[in-house]
Amino acid sequence: MGKILRRTFLIGTAAIAGGVAFGAYQLNKTYPNPLEDDLVEGETTFNPYVKITSDNTVTILVPRAEMGQGVTTTLAALVAEELDVDMADIKIEIAPASYAYYNSAMLADGAPLAHYNRSTMASVMRSSMSGLGKILGFQVTGGSSSVADAYDKLRLAGCTARETLKLTASAESGVAIAELKTESGKVILPDGKTLTYGELAEAAAKLDPPSDIKMRSASEWKILGKSTPRTDTLAKSTGAPIFGIDVELPDMLYASVKMNPRLGGKMRSFDATEAKKIKGVVDVIDITGPEEEKFGGGVAVIATNTWSAFKGVNAVKVEWDKGPYPATTDGIMDVIETALKAGNGDNLRDDGDVALAFADAPRDKVIEAQYRVPYLAHSTMEPMNATAQLKDGRLDIWTGTQAPTVVRSDCAYEAGVEEENTFIHSTYLGGGFGRRGEVDFARFAARVAKSTNGKPVKVIWTREEDMTHDTYRPASISNWKARIGDDGLPVAIDGQIATPSIVASVMARTFPSLSPIGPDNTITHGAFDQPYTVENYRVSGIKAPVDIPIGFWRSVGNSYTGFFQESFLDEVANKSNLDPIEMRLKLMKDHPTAVGVVKKVAEMANWSTPTTKGRAKGFAFTLSFGCWVAQIIEVVQTDDGIKIENVWCAADIGEALDPAIVKTQLQSGIIYGLSSALGQEITFTDGMVEQTNFDSFDAMRINQCPTMEIEILENADHRGGAGEPGTPPSIPALANAVHALTGKRIRSMPLSNEVEFYS
Amino acid sequence: MKLNVNGKDIEIDVEPDMPLLWALRDLVGLKGPKFGCGIAACGACTVHIDGEPTRSCSIAIEDVTGAVTTIEGISNGKDLHTVQKAWIEKQVPQCGYCQSGQIMGAVALLENNPNPTDEDIDETMSGNLCRCGSYPQIREAIKHAATLKVEA
Repeated sequence: MGKILRRTFLIGTAAIAGGVAFGAYQLNKTYPNPLEDDLVEGETTFNPYVKITSDNTVTILVPRAEMGQGVTTTLAALVAEELDVDMADIKIEIAPASYAYYNSAMLADGAPLAHYNRSTMASVMRSSMSGLGKILGFQVTGGSSSVADAYDKLRLAGCTARETLKLTASAESGVAIAELKTESGKVILPDGKTLTYGELAEAAAKLDPPSDIKMRSASEWKILGKSTPRTDTLAKSTGAPIFGIDVELPDMLYASVKMNPRLGGKMRSFDATEAKKIKGVVDVIDITGPEEEKFGGGVAVIATNTWSAFKGVNAVKVEWDKGPYPATTDGIMDVIETALKAGNGDNLRDDGDVALAFADAPRDKVIEAQYRVPYLAHSTMEPMNATAQLKDGRLDIWTGTQAPTVVRSDCAYEAGVEEENTFIHSTYLGGGFGRRGEVDFARFAARVAKSTNGKPVKVIWTREEDMTHDTYRPASISNWKARIGDDGLPVAIDGQIATPSIVASVMARTFPSLSPIGPDNTITHGAFDQPYTVENYRVSGIKAPVDIPIGFWRSVGNSYTGFFQESFLDEVANKSNLDPIEMRLKLMKDHPTAVGVVKKVAEMANWSTPTTKGRAKGFAFTLSFGCWVAQIIEVVQTDDGIKIENVWCAADIGEALDPAIVKTQLQSGIIYGLSSALGQEITFTDGMVEQTNFDSFDAMRINQCPTMEIEILENADHRGGAGEPGTPPSIPALANAVHALTGKRIRSMPLSNEVEFYS
Repeated sequence: MKLNVNGKDIEIDVEPDMPLLWALRDLVGLKGPKFGCGIAACGACTVHIDGEPTRSCSIAIEDVTGAVTTIEGISNGKDLHTVQKAWIEKQVPQCGYCQSGQIMGAVALLENNPNPTDEDIDETMSGNLCRCGSYPQIREAIKHAATLKVEA
């Protein structure tokens, strides 16, 4: 990225100005096809997504990280559908790092707008943000945006290649293009003769694609719209070495890191005497970086195998400095509470006159509640790791990353080599959930590689290092107040949410020269942008100054705002003696998509049938990442604690390209959310994270996993995502179910601090 | 140190306290068993020792006396194991990182109990963590594998 771009990269509403200022030149320019430099003999490329070899091997390049969400299937299917190749015949490769694979949909969805806001102004803001995504060349997997971003681009890539191949076949056979058909990697002539794509590819790649090409309509689809077997299942069922941690290179060294457990704090001194005595340990080096990168001080132990490196980091004696935040959870929560009391937040929703509505409200018509959530770790199954080799002015990085172009620019800078001499080899990800959008693990590998004399080095974090050095989901405290009208419905709602700013934390690490301005959309999304109509309705986001590294955790702010608002609406319904679903339906009556999923889930769960003693159901709804999701959770009291027995979920993402994958993504998001409610919290003492492994920060196990029924509706006008939206409503739906079962209104996560769950 | 892995006798030069997991991954070159936690809390590293499912991250190589089987050793080289077939048919994996361990757990379960109930599955498999939450498909696949075994 150029200096000007860096300076003008602003977040939130201010980004409009930035986007427009770049003008048409920047927006219209195309990035070069990164595949052109790397072709082997007999191989041709048509665009950044398609390679064809003379033996008729068709390779589809997937521009996003495969972390379980199925992009190596669904994105490949977008190309295959237009190109007319069978899914079983194609080869899939993860695309290299390149600005050509920019994601514009994620930034467009990051505009501080409700998904259903389709006004002209909203459209201007979205297209400006989207342009910014292109200009910055952000190759990022996040925001549940992969399909929305790829939908036109990848179908067009397949279509263009197909039509160019037909043009070539027409020139070779003398048959008019209109009379040619394509099927299973072949062009078919009217007399039944066939020309394979492999035979045509070399000549075709020299032609300009025809200009009057037309993509197929959904009614003509053979692959999309149906469930396709995933392309990665065989590798993942045979233990294939596809993850970053599995990388093996000749002469490779191994390393592990030990950074200040008081996050961002300096290292006063270290003593490596004992560590160096361990067999297999090669070296112990200081890998403290510049202060602005915020990773703090620390060491790396380089060894001949992982185990020696792990023993080494445990044996290094270090004197750590203190961290830049209060040393205990209570101290940290005090900062957030103080910010909440001071108020003065950004009101991304401010309908009617909230102050006036409460000024003359009778006391018995007002309901108030305060909610809290803790810090959370991502705890991906595969601990952070990356492999790096720095040799003869060339840097190679092998890692599973959600942000390959950022990894490339940061690691190039780290190693002092040019970006064009830096090569990112993206692997499959053993879980991402937002954690692998960070660059710390790759940067550390690049840093260690400066000390290995050209040998490759695989840097693996211990689980303890991973758990205690995350970019956490931040804690938050939130106040809610409603005035209830004569019909029991709220006539005024005032929600205030205080939390450290995720965008500010990410920006400070990633672009230290910039200070983001404007509201941080992630503080209140999931609350300000819900399809509820209330006459006086305000949602305010307050930035709390706590300097603990925080980041994007599956569903980001929705992971707590959904809990706050949907718990509160349940409380309002209870106070008014209204059925929580009937009340929601009245509040969301202007939004038929929302009404559709709520009615559907109520029907799936037989909501209107009373539950028997010892069982109860809870409901919640959240619109996030363009996906409208309603859930009902049923809990049952057992002798061994409360058991989650059933989850019903109805979700509308508009057109579902692969219904089975969409369903499993929602399922995954629900289990991720329920895992947090069942017992996850990151706490601090003496400035250090107290939870160090799965024994103290666990997640849902198979014996706790409910029966799940998920229905996908396709009525929404605009395309939504699937990877994250399952998470937000799962947490309040469980809290509301626990209230219905026990009468206990739990306003603080995790629920396990107040009730016992079956385990 | 002598070791029998997937039917082959091998000799590796290794410190006796090295966990079996790291010997397999770094020295034998078998990447199927995965590192998740290092304290036998997640099951990603599960292998069989004389048929018994074992967390390879928490057993020192000097304590390994039996024959070791990793996921690379459960198919006969040509055909996948029944459990792997069921895993593919039921489309179990998402990110896939825990699945070697899940499959090794499921293979051992079905050896001991050819027709497990949901409760049997839940009890035996609760030591294997999956952060993607593929549990409903794991249950289905294990029951499917049980029927495939009968047919075979």
